[in-house]
Amino acid sequence: MADDELLDEGEDIDLGALPDDELVQQIHDDLYDGLREEIEEGTRILLDRGWGPKKVLDEALVEGMRIVGIDFRDGILFVPEVLLAANAMKGGMAILRPLLVETGAPSIGKMVIGTVKGDIHDIGKNLVGMMMEGAGFEVIDLGINNPVEKYLEALEQHKPDILGMSALLTTTMPYMKVVIDTMVEKGIRDDYIVLVGGAPLNEEFARAVGADAYCRDAAVAVETAQNFMKRRHNIRAAQA
Amino acid sequence: MSATGQNRQPATLVIACGALAKEIVEIIRANAWEHVRIQCLPAELHNRPERIPGAVRSKIHDARGIFDRIFVAYADCGTGGLLDTVLEEEGVERLPGAHCYEFFAGSDRFRELAEAEPGTFYLTDFLTRHFDRLVIEGLGLDRHPELASEYFGNYRRLVYLAQSNDPALEARAREAAKTLGLEFESRSTGYGELEHSLVNFTNRQVEVAAPAARRS
Repeated sequence: MADDELLDEGEDIDLGALPDDELVQQIHDDLYDGLREEIEEGTRILLDRGWGPKKVLDEALVEGMRIVGIDFRDGILFVPEVLLAANAMKGGMAILRPLLVETGAPSIGKMVIGTVKGDIHDIGKNLVGMMMEGAGFEVIDLGINNPVEKYLEALEQHKPDILGMSALLTTTMPYMKVVIDTMVEKGIRDDYIVLVGGAPLNEEFARAVGADAYCRDAAVAVETAQNFMKRRHNIRAAQA
Repeated sequence: MSATGQNRQPATLVIACGALAKEIVEIIRANAWEHVRIQCLPAELHNRPERIPGAVRSKIHDARGIFDRIFVAYADCGTGGLLDTVLEEEGVERLPGAHCYEFFAGSDRFRELAEAEPGTFYLTDFLTRHFDRLVIEGLGLDRHPELASEYFGNYRRLVYLAQSNDPALEARAREAAKTLGLEFESRSTGYGELEHSLVNFTNRQVEVAAPAARRS
């Protein structure tokens, strides 16, 4: 947002001239407005100033998207604005990703995520994937229209901590039970945290199909995943 | 209606999604149902389906004591069963199926369409008439056409489920498919289960209490 004392309406802001705290605030505003080029520029400036990639990710990008998520939940922003903000964040994350890998910091956990068989909707899933990556998770995205065999293959190959399933249709969401029941039959259900989400879902449904939790949006998915991972670590530590 | 209120048609309210208003009004007119009224909730509630159950319940409560019978012209409509929970508590019936595409096309026909191509975007008469407002403007594609691939990148075809036989409307649906870069197909459905359900409900014989007893 322009400082009315310094700028006329429509004038570009010189991001490089802003001190760190104002630059971070401007990045939040630019993220809110879906300005990808400005986010990429702001990200590079902070890195040039010696900010670590994790600090830029957490304080500038993830925090900015948190604000977007709150306003979406409150009906102030709608899907188009959230998509633009997410695209802007992706621009910043593309710069940070190789640097984060270089730091060698371990991921907090690993998640396999995909939309269920018969369902081609992926906007929510993509947002969850992006926010989970922003929170330090490794994310393996299976894409859309996944039959149970594809989920099982991914669990076997990647041995994630979390399986995430998404559906946007009332007619496809029951397939989540097929996947979970198959995991039970194979004796692997308890090896994974199963999170489910999508517009027609709710907590009652998640309980009924045997998932660990229903996540109503990307922010809740991240928080839920973090909580489950903490619980897992505590249990493993106690058993050691 | 007799002076005592006996043998009169029960005052019936159809609480409907605004997207069905035109079709329901036509059905009411075609059947000369003078005892049936319609009240609509905004079609935009489909963007926030979690709000549909509460909004429907509120309308039902407002209608009690005024109408003898209430019918809800919604399908599940993305509420994931929560609308059914409300309707069970309130003792009110609704249209069958998951959504309007299913009750217009019929369950078997819709299942065939969905299984043949999961990447199908459906239009009804209402959605075709309001395509620019609901889809182009609603999804922000007028301001940000670059978002089209995010919304429609996984779709392969657009199927226009036609309630009416209107060549101009079909042409608009065809144009919508072109705008979205999707193959176009058209299926004539008529009013499908919308009409069958309303006719079955309205024709069901019910006893209507005399006005004094009803108000007590």
